[in-house]
Amino acid sequence: MNNSAILINILRFITLVLLQVLLLDHINFLGYVNPYLYILFIIIFPLDGNRSLLIFLSFLLGLSIDLFGDSGGVHAAASVLIAYLRSPILKFSFGVSYEYNMIKIDKAPLIERLTYISLMVLVHHLVLFILEIFSLSHILLLLKSTLFSGIFSIILIFCTLLLFSRKS
Amino acid sequence: MQQILFFFIRNKNFLLFSVLFLFAFALTIQSNSYHTARFTSSANFLSGTIFTMKSNALNYIGLQEENTKLLNENVFLRKQLEVFKSNIGIIKKDSSDLSVKYDFIPAIVINNSYSKTKNLLTIKIGSNDGIKIDMGVITSDGIVGIVNNVSENYATVQSLLNTNSQINARLKNSNHFGSIKWNTEATNIVQLTDVNRLAPVKVGDTIITDGKSTIFPEGLPIGTIKKYELGENDSYNLDIQLFNDMTNLKHVYLITNNDALEIKELEKEGEDEQ
Repeated sequence: MNNSAILINILRFITLVLLQVLLLDHINFLGYVNPYLYILFIIIFPLDGNRSLLIFLSFLLGLSIDLFGDSGGVHAAASVLIAYLRSPILKFSFGVSYEYNMIKIDKAPLIERLTYISLMVLVHHLVLFILEIFSLSHILLLLKSTLFSGIFSIILIFCTLLLFSRKS
Repeated sequence: MQQILFFFIRNKNFLLFSVLFLFAFALTIQSNSYHTARFTSSANFLSGTIFTMKSNALNYIGLQEENTKLLNENVFLRKQLEVFKSNIGIIKKDSSDLSVKYDFIPAIVINNSYSKTKNLLTIKIGSNDGIKIDMGVITSDGIVGIVNNVSENYATVQSLLNTNSQINARLKNSNHFGSIKWNTEATNIVQLTDVNRLAPVKVGDTIITDGKSTIFPEGLPIGTIKKYELGENDSYNLDIQLFNDMTNLKHVYLITNNDALEIKELEKEGEDEQ
């Protein structure tokens, strides 16, 4: 990564955290559905970037959200997990082209992009809600939250990517 | 030795991941237990400042509603004052008996959550203003929760809408009591459990605080009975419709009980003797 990429990532980190804690955590669509846009940072972290760095930054990212949301360490745990699982998920979604460092997330075919984003979001949300609700008696609420928040997040992440993708 | 070193280098990502994940997991477990100092709490300088900025920026929205609420409360208090005034002529109290048992401290809610299963509020007042853990938090409509973490200028409140909460309450027209819990289903309904089956329960009856704990004074309104059923152990489980709109809180009061220390010491002595 060169200097401008570092700067962009720092700015992205701060913007996403503030956006999440000040706006998106308070949407409460249908009473409990909130999108978690902040994992966009992990999703579009440079593919050739240092993997250990990504895991560590994801931890910081999740911890900042936890700090504002009084949620212990649930966001940190979920974020670290998807940061660690990003490589396998990338391999699964984009197939061989990932191994040759050929892909650009905003130029890949729609289906592959959708698979990648959905997998990341759903894994993150499932772990998040398991840890947050932390009780088997509310398993229905857990699955409902994962599904609804998941769909909401996927749509929002997709739109954000479209909005900010560079025109070719 | 070299082998071990290679092993660490090869698996460094997995090790880093494991360590951080376990750390986050430990934080989660810790935050689930009440009364331990939480490591991640929104009662800290950074989030406090940012939430205050947001609260200030959005202050004007809802000001009208807030004014009406305060006006109504004033009218209510004024009426009560008139009642006391008319009584004061009859009962002459000794002036030394005028110590106040409860103090009320106003505070502003700067962050409120109600969509999770363990909801907390952040308020802009802290240990610098004499706030301590375990103080009760109310609005003019009813109770809100209990302070569970304090920093110098901020505090977090464990809301009624928190699966860890357990607050004593009783029926207004009899002395049967139970404890208030929340089943996460609706933000305006909590459950009063373990009410004796002999209690005269009717839909629409008022539920008030019990006064047996040192946190809330007796007789603060909580809500009305919406539905009831006979649960296990032959006791009633009631659905309580809250008076408070937990999704729209701005001004709250914290209650300090001036006798709390004395009562707690007495109770502790009693336990020690047993």
